[in-house]
Amino acid sequence: MLSFILRRIAAGVALLFVISLLSYTLLSIPHIDVGRQLLGHGAAQDLVDAKNAALGLDRPALVQYLDWLGAAVRGDFGTSWFTSENVLRAIANRLPVTLSLMIGVTLVTAVLSFLLGVWAGVRRGAVDRFVQVFAVLGYALPGFLVTLVIVLVFAVRLNWFPAIGYMGPSQSFTGWLSTVTLPVISLSIGSIAGVAQQVRGSVIDVMRQDYVRTLRARGLPPWRIVFVHVVRNASAPALAVLGMQFVGLLGGAVLVEQIFGLPGVGSMTVTYTTRGDVPIIMALVMFTVIGVILINLVVDILIGWLNPKARIA
Amino acid sequence: MRLLRHPLGLISALLLAAVVLAVLLAPVLSPQPPGLSSLRLAFEGPAAGHPLGFDSAGRDILARLLYGGRNTLGGAVIALAVALVLGVPSGLLAGYYGGWFDSAASWVVNLVMALPAMVVLLASRAILGSTVWVLMVVLGFLVAPSFFRLVRGIVANVRRELYVDAAKVSGLSDTRIVSRHILIVVRAPIIIQVALVAGIAISLQAGLEFLGIGSGDSPTWGAMLNEAFKNIQRAPLLMLWPGLALGLTSGALVLLAAALRDVLEDRATAPSASRTAPDARATSKPAAVEAGERAHLLSVRDLAVAYPGTGEVVRGVDLDVRAGEIVGLVGESGSGKTQTAFSILGILPEKGRVSRGSISIEGQEIVGLPERAHRALRGTLVAYVPQEPMSNLDPAFTIGSQLVEPIRYKLGLRRAEATRRALDLLRLVEITDPRRTFDSYPHEISGGMAQRVLIAGAMSCEPKLLIADEPTTALDVRVQAEVLGLLRRLQRDNDLGVLLVTHNLGVVADLCDRVAVMREGRIVERGTAEQVLSTPRDPYTRELLSAVLPLEVN
Repeated sequence: MLSFILRRIAAGVALLFVISLLSYTLLSIPHIDVGRQLLGHGAAQDLVDAKNAALGLDRPALVQYLDWLGAAVRGDFGTSWFTSENVLRAIANRLPVTLSLMIGVTLVTAVLSFLLGVWAGVRRGAVDRFVQVFAVLGYALPGFLVTLVIVLVFAVRLNWFPAIGYMGPSQSFTGWLSTVTLPVISLSIGSIAGVAQQVRGSVIDVMRQDYVRTLRARGLPPWRIVFVHVVRNASAPALAVLGMQFVGLLGGAVLVEQIFGLPGVGSMTVTYTTRGDVPIIMALVMFTVIGVILINLVVDILIGWLNPKARIA
Repeated sequence: MRLLRHPLGLISALLLAAVVLAVLLAPVLSPQPPGLSSLRLAFEGPAAGHPLGFDSAGRDILARLLYGGRNTLGGAVIALAVALVLGVPSGLLAGYYGGWFDSAASWVVNLVMALPAMVVLLASRAILGSTVWVLMVVLGFLVAPSFFRLVRGIVANVRRELYVDAAKVSGLSDTRIVSRHILIVVRAPIIIQVALVAGIAISLQAGLEFLGIGSGDSPTWGAMLNEAFKNIQRAPLLMLWPGLALGLTSGALVLLAAALRDVLEDRATAPSASRTAPDARATSKPAAVEAGERAHLLSVRDLAVAYPGTGEVVRGVDLDVRAGEIVGLVGESGSGKTQTAFSILGILPEKGRVSRGSISIEGQEIVGLPERAHRALRGTLVAYVPQEPMSNLDPAFTIGSQLVEPIRYKLGLRRAEATRRALDLLRLVEITDPRRTFDSYPHEISGGMAQRVLIAGAMSCEPKLLIADEPTTALDVRVQAEVLGLLRRLQRDNDLGVLLVTHNLGVVADLCDRVAVMREGRIVERGTAEQVLSTPRDPYTRELLSAVLPLEVN
């Protein structure tokens, strides 16, 4: 088990390295004159050159990359070119917003999609048709369009929740709740549709297995068979889908944070990437990939725990 | 086209065709150029010649919708083309040849799939500039893995099929094989995937434009939504048309994909016709050992099992099992013997039901018995030994917990006692290291061992009647003999009645006191094992016997 985790972490580090090299190379291609952009058109050329030299941009790209890499390995992601903010601090300030969205969405998705999926898979009939229609709609409609409709109905028309803005949970818990509720609902719809569909499919599969019939023949009651045996066997594939949804969520968070005016990592991505702020972009890409690697690792460990056959010594 | 008969598919296809046509005809249908603005008309409602009204800059909404569709759909087409060109050939190569190319490509694909598309697109905008077409090429790269995986998976499967080997042996070149046999198999899934990916591409692209990352002032649906969103308090209805266009288009694509899947893929799984022969041959009831008096332990009379659509698969079966005897139920697969066994246990598949007749166990009628009361009998009075040992153990739980669970539930024992009892049972079925087996998972033990575990499970709550469905079929010969020996010993020691379902006449000769032969849902012959095996009366029994023991019979 330990060696499995270590191997996965090693593979993850290799992946991070490859992606960092790739991103840095790509980011050096367009050669934006950062000094000129910062100081404006009127600035004298020697001042611009001095600014570029101060940022280290007069050196070859490879040297710049190695420099960045050396610092990044020590946990130093530098400062933003345009705002001189410390990159780590800038991200750390905005991470709680995005994390509370992610955790909220994952919890809501996990609970609701399991309930819906198991219910549809065991009962079939009308519940099943409802879940099917919901899944197709949730999949078919672009997430941000659904979000816009939700804003229009619940924030603009009914005025139940604020349309934009964010409040930290330490400031006011109810305030925080009211600002994250709509974003979480908006993001959850798509992922519930995907995961519930998968849960339903695997529940139906498992219900057809021989061992379920044998358990019935042992005289165990149906609820016990469903909640102990069927759910456990059906959750491995569902977890895999949940993990994949998480990667998609990172993209969805960009749009949702922008729509609700939440000061999270997603809206930060939009602002800084459009300006070409390389230190920030690099850090954002790295943290995203780390997040994805960690999620995949957790999902694999959970799947191994649920399904002993998949366990790797 | 079968698609035309699928209502949802037809509607989606028509809708998409209408959207594409309208967008292509944009210059003709637009009342004015999409960029023409007149501030005087800002937020004006529909007017003559401007059926959808004007936006915040006084531009005609219909014109922007039509021209916007060009950009939105055009972008999706580019992304799709890139994804197809990259994904399909590489998937074919990787699936067909495997080897280093497969490993390398799969590694790259996993890498790409780990990247959140939206973040990459935003980052590439910083690198490559704001031209939407370029971003759509990047999007093509990002969705190409879905085609690669799909094609690679299918091709790798087909590659192992016999007919591809046959084609190879007969000297066809790889190119011929790929174009004649493999492209046909991947065509339908690719078409479905195209519809799905087109929907995703349109959503993602509109999302980007919504963020204001489009190409400046050329109209797109996403940009229109963005503009509408900025004015959401003042004119919420601005969102209606671009939202509708986007939602309907991507929705229609996904529904079309679902319809295509129904039409193209479900052909293979159309319900097959009934296997049972028509009811015409009303045979007279065979010489009745059980005609009169009913056995106390198990007595089945005139049992019929029916499935909707298929009709009756078991028709008028009479059977008796007394305490301390083994009765064989013999027949080929599809003869209804397993259905008979399942109805005694009350574990018929979802749609099957006992349509007629009577089953009594220890004098209690179980046809029409409420499920809860029937369940109380299972395990404690009547128990089941299944056919395929490995698939009848839950792979996610240890052997021990699977034995302990019913013991605790049915007998109400505490965990420690139940564990002790489970270990005793494992010893009873002649497992040498009970503790180790107790702690193992099903995949860690052999088939013979698994069958012993299942027998232990069946014996765990001291039943009086054992229904064994082909208990040795899946085992190799030596293990078969051991398991049969074990069953006989348990039966004698506990004075069990056993109904042994089998197609193996050797097993019948070895083990059974009496035997009933089933064919097409009926019992065609019955008697003592010796009688049936040595002097069969029914031609079908003779046929069965001559197939197994040609020398002895002839």
